[in-house]
Amino acid sequence: MQIDLRTVAIEPQRQAFDHLVRSFGNKPASRYQEGSYDIQAAENLHYKPTWDPEQDLYDETITRVVMHDWYALKDPRQFYYSTYTLARARQQETAEANFSFVETRALADMLPPELRAVALAVLVPLRHAAWGANQHNAFICGYGFGTAFTQPCMYHAMDNLGIAQYLSRLGLLLGDTAALDAGKRAWLDDAAWQPLRRYVEDCLVVRDPFELFVAQNLVVDGLLYPLVYERIVDAHLSSRGGSAVAMLCQFMNDWFDETRKWVDAVLKVAAAESEHNRAVLAAWVRDWSGRAASALLPVVELALGPQADEAVAEYVAALSARIVKAGIPA
Amino acid sequence: MDMKVSKKKLGLKERYRLMTRDLGWDTTYQPKDKVLPYVGYEGIKIHDWDKWEDPFRLTMDSYWKYQAEKERKFYAIIDAHAQNNGHLNLTDARYLSALKIFLQAISPGEYAAHKGFARVGREFPGVGTQVACQMQAIDEIRHAQTQIHAMSNYNRYYNGFHAFADQRDRIWYTSVARSFFDDAMSAGPFEFMIAIGFSFEYVLTNLLFVPFMSGAAYNGDMATVTFGFSAQSDEARHMTLGLECIKFMLEQDPANVPIVQGWIDKWFWRGFRVLGLVSTMMDYMLPKRVMSWREAWNIYGVENGGALFKDLARYGITPPKGWDDAEKGIDHMSHQFMLGLYQWSFGTAFHSWIPSDEDMAWLSAKYPDTFDKHYRPRWNHIRKLAAAGTPFKNYGLAKLCQTCQLPTVFTEPDDPTLTCHRETTYKGEKYHFCSDGCQHIFDNEPEKYIQAWLPMPQLFQDPIKGDLGEWMKWVSLIDGKDNGDYAGSEDQQHFEAWRGLATTNQ
Repeated sequence: MQIDLRTVAIEPQRQAFDHLVRSFGNKPASRYQEGSYDIQAAENLHYKPTWDPEQDLYDETITRVVMHDWYALKDPRQFYYSTYTLARARQQETAEANFSFVETRALADMLPPELRAVALAVLVPLRHAAWGANQHNAFICGYGFGTAFTQPCMYHAMDNLGIAQYLSRLGLLLGDTAALDAGKRAWLDDAAWQPLRRYVEDCLVVRDPFELFVAQNLVVDGLLYPLVYERIVDAHLSSRGGSAVAMLCQFMNDWFDETRKWVDAVLKVAAAESEHNRAVLAAWVRDWSGRAASALLPVVELALGPQADEAVAEYVAALSARIVKAGIPA
Repeated sequence: MDMKVSKKKLGLKERYRLMTRDLGWDTTYQPKDKVLPYVGYEGIKIHDWDKWEDPFRLTMDSYWKYQAEKERKFYAIIDAHAQNNGHLNLTDARYLSALKIFLQAISPGEYAAHKGFARVGREFPGVGTQVACQMQAIDEIRHAQTQIHAMSNYNRYYNGFHAFADQRDRIWYTSVARSFFDDAMSAGPFEFMIAIGFSFEYVLTNLLFVPFMSGAAYNGDMATVTFGFSAQSDEARHMTLGLECIKFMLEQDPANVPIVQGWIDKWFWRGFRVLGLVSTMMDYMLPKRVMSWREAWNIYGVENGGALFKDLARYGITPPKGWDDAEKGIDHMSHQFMLGLYQWSFGTAFHSWIPSDEDMAWLSAKYPDTFDKHYRPRWNHIRKLAAAGTPFKNYGLAKLCQTCQLPTVFTEPDDPTLTCHRETTYKGEKYHFCSDGCQHIFDNEPEKYIQAWLPMPQLFQDPIKGDLGEWMKWVSLIDGKDNGDYAGSEDQQHFEAWRGLATTNQ
């Protein structure tokens, strides 16, 4: 039996803010809707940017993708600040527990040296790649159009920074500051890392927010995360006694699983919008995916040696399938 | 084999360095000026970005953890507030005018700050600087959202909140705040930092934040005061970032000093004008007042600001140029502003009203030199007109200042009986200003300010063509509900009826 408490009943005068009623009908709005729709200034912008007088302060024409309504690019996770932060706070608790599990049981010291060497060689320089990703997502958030599209990019940028910091901690745990120094030297000078570093730096001069979204969040991450964390860490290292490393990388695995759903949803809507968008997206995918695959090959070789070719080819095929599924023609 | 290597114990500072600035590198495949194209054109010289001192050391894992705790608390309280009809605990629904202005004009500013900090979080060369700016970028979207969420429940019961997104872009008085934030965002990264990070967040924030949040606490607004408490530690971080930023610029090169001084002069005055709205809220709109605008200015302006500029004097920085004029306006501005709002209240999506006898006694005690002499007689006159059934309405259009976009209602700094008005002719066009401060700002960057969108001329263009009803439709203002005098308004009737329902057995 349920007993309802009695409260003074007052009839609300309206259900939601006008702009939300216009978009979603006359009913109460969700907090995601309240925090995401039409909160970017849309009209009567006062001044042209002094840093680029050709642009508007919020300018949908700085990307080649054309959307009738940028707010159509919604986030299936419905992340606004609160739900985002709560989700990450839970994940960081797990990550913290994992780090402390590995630390207190000295599991890092029990790693076979050759596995430790592989883990350090592959994972530590990636902290710089993650920092590059942070730059790109801060850019997309800053210059992209419409909160539905840009707000998750800010969260993504902070995630990229968080991942760079987890990788730094992993380096410190497995190899002290010397490991971080060695990783940075490799990133800057070793032949194996130069194609990837060039990819990141070339992205740093791309000023089309949506192209950057494709190059970073879809293409390079779409290969890097499954190759590194699924194939190298979870499969290769774990099966040889390196599951401690997998524990330290759980955040990245969970994160990729979650965020790719958002990335795919955004692309799907943008591609479905028009023939023009499909052509633009397909061209970007072509430009960047070949480069990303060849940039990652020498990195994967550090762990898998001669099997790297096959592994990369396998994940390239998986990514292509994912892209086609999002409605972008091959 | 399992010999334990003893690890170097890292100090907090060194550890944070590894977690942030050690992540960056000097690009070699792409030239620096293509990677960071906007960092040079303002003329600020930075010789060594490594000299940047991190204003706070927060890695993402702790950020998520602390912020999530605050978020849980915040939403628990505003949910309870909504569920239990917390709005009936307000002192009086007049209080809501302040909140309506906040939602229409200030929350969009939080969002603009979010975008602006995301941009500078990418455009500055130093990783330390970038990370600090990015954290502010994500904090600012938090503030925009928590404010909207806190006020959402008021929108269900009261008028004036429903069209904040339309009014942000179209109604005349929000262009004061909008033009302020647009101005900052259209500036280069260093000026943006002085505008928002330093002038707004450091010098002026206490004059906005403390009165608003204390006002909420004094007037039973649990939702807003909860936001205030929840945002406080973010604001503390933002203030330290603003201060670090200005010190860094000043320490890097003496040639930066005059540029920074110019920005301080400009943004102090810009900010001071935006805060005109706060003075009115403090002196007139809070049914239970916290302190007068004059008292707040003495604490947060004179004392805190004075100490700050004393501290910055060692770099050769002097107090902002408009400081003395600001001081001279303090005892007048809230009255001038409320008189303006009252006569144009047909065009505002909030209510204003004639102060009661008790209100006037308070105002006269707080403003012994100005209220009885200059403003009480005007209110008395307005009250007579209202009693005679011919309330005072000014259907003439306000002349807006080209820079700050406020109506030119202010008086000469040294003569409170004379309206202050300045003019500049630029390329054959005449532009109007409310003050020397605003005229100077225009004269320094005329090409920028001639672009300003002025809401009044819009009235005569399509689709409005001078028709007030069309204009109200265009700004989503519902005549007779959102606007006008509080006395007799729907908000007043509802609040009294509902409160009666909740507190009596009738």
